[in-house]
Amino acid sequence: MPAEVRIRVDGAMVSVPVGCSVAAALCHAGHSATRQALDGAPRAACCGMGVCFECRVRIDGVERLGCLTRVAEGMEIDCDA
Amino acid sequence: MRELRTEILVIGAGPAGIAAAVSAERAGARALLVDMQAEPGGQVWRGQWDKQTKYQSRRWLAALRQSPVDCRYGLRLVDFAAPGLAVFDGPDGTLRIRCERLVVASGARERLLPFPGWTLPGVFGAGGLQVLVKNGWPVAGKRIVVAGSGPLLLAAASSLRSAGAQVLLVAEQTAASDLVRFAASLVRHPAKLAQAAALRLRLAGVPYRSSAWIERADGDQQLRSVRVRIGRYSERVDCDALAVGFGLVPNLEIAQLLGCAIADGAVVVDEHQHSSVAGIYFAGESCGIGGVDQALVQGEIAGRAAAGSARLSFGLRRARRSSQHFAQSLNAHFRLRDELRELAAADTVLCRCENVRYGAVQVCRSQRDARLQTRLGMGHCQGRICGAACAFLFGWDAATPRPPLAPVPLSCFTVPPTEENPQESP
Repeated sequence: MPAEVRIRVDGAMVSVPVGCSVAAALCHAGHSATRQALDGAPRAACCGMGVCFECRVRIDGVERLGCLTRVAEGMEIDCDA
Repeated sequence: MRELRTEILVIGAGPAGIAAAVSAERAGARALLVDMQAEPGGQVWRGQWDKQTKYQSRRWLAALRQSPVDCRYGLRLVDFAAPGLAVFDGPDGTLRIRCERLVVASGARERLLPFPGWTLPGVFGAGGLQVLVKNGWPVAGKRIVVAGSGPLLLAAASSLRSAGAQVLLVAEQTAASDLVRFAASLVRHPAKLAQAAALRLRLAGVPYRSSAWIERADGDQQLRSVRVRIGRYSERVDCDALAVGFGLVPNLEIAQLLGCAIADGAVVVDEHQHSSVAGIYFAGESCGIGGVDQALVQGEIAGRAAAGSARLSFGLRRARRSSQHFAQSLNAHFRLRDELRELAAADTVLCRCENVRYGAVQVCRSQRDARLQTRLGMGHCQGRICGAACAFLFGWDAATPRPPLAPVPLSCFTVPPTEENPQESP
């Protein structure tokens, strides 16, 4: 059993593997989309390297890219930033 | 607002930036290395920082660890407040770094091209999914199609397979005849040939198709299947993820912002990696796509030159010649086919950020015209994705970026207090 950290995603407490990116954590937590496009279509991480900005989320109140940020215990993540 | 000072600022901690910073310190200069990722290694060495891995990455990462280079991660370049004064945004807010000379190793990104369904969750860049997996994205048991173009596809497929994914197919758009010619050109690069052979071996049992590409991706909220064209036939493949990338394009935003000369989509440098602007050096993929060996040798040259040690050893010259030859054959043999320009339909999203559709852009005359008429390239990514797509689809030059290079909080632009004016302006 790998070590886990507890984070809050859209208000719900989830446990995700320690050391993974926020983008990966959202996938572990069952969130297939990180935001909605202007027409309401779901979007999710795509480029993986901080270029496309599709995985942007609000982390502890600040907009950050999920693929460039590592999860930390107690992090609060809000999708659709 | 915090401010640091250094002699040489190196932006980008991939192989080129690491080699530059370490070499600059060895030549007696003080270097500060920054990267927007959480750790050094760039994309190619991502996730290898605390692992025992390949000799080359281990050697350079160990050299960096043992060197006195000041390393700062999670920092994204926003602007230059003045020549030699870089402004970064990071988790702890704004950081300004003053430097005497600058080495930029901004690397490359994947070229992503639009086709119906490419914005669905589950569609990733090929290298994109590879780096997501390196940072913990779960793919075990997932059915994945790898597609696009270039040697990166094999590396991505191999990584995904090692992470437990079921790679259904590798679809390479290049024709078999070109692949054979590329393989033949590798005879001058035995290490690369061995690497390619090892990758192919690790992918035993995975179908590899040349002259093959993705025509569309389907699914409602999530990718369910793709349609693959293989020669004259087209077939549906059910899958959980699609990893598709059409080679790499140099990241030129920083060069454009600094006013450095650019030609043929790459930063122009002299034999010491010096750009057209005094005191600014470039190294690695931003000077033209050539892979990790080229990045290392250019980084070493740039770091030494920035530290005032301009003599190029015979070994460095030879290494550079060899890496140039590899870069040329890479570019010659993986040219993108015209059919890829026909994939997007009028209602296919082209600019992902602003949801601008292909049909609206097709009638525009230039990137700038499209910006003004449709808001193409004006969203969060600032045209990083659609700009490269438009360059391929319509032959447009990328519009020059304006600061800030990435969306940042307004606090990034407040002026720090000075002795004459201790009040920090709002």
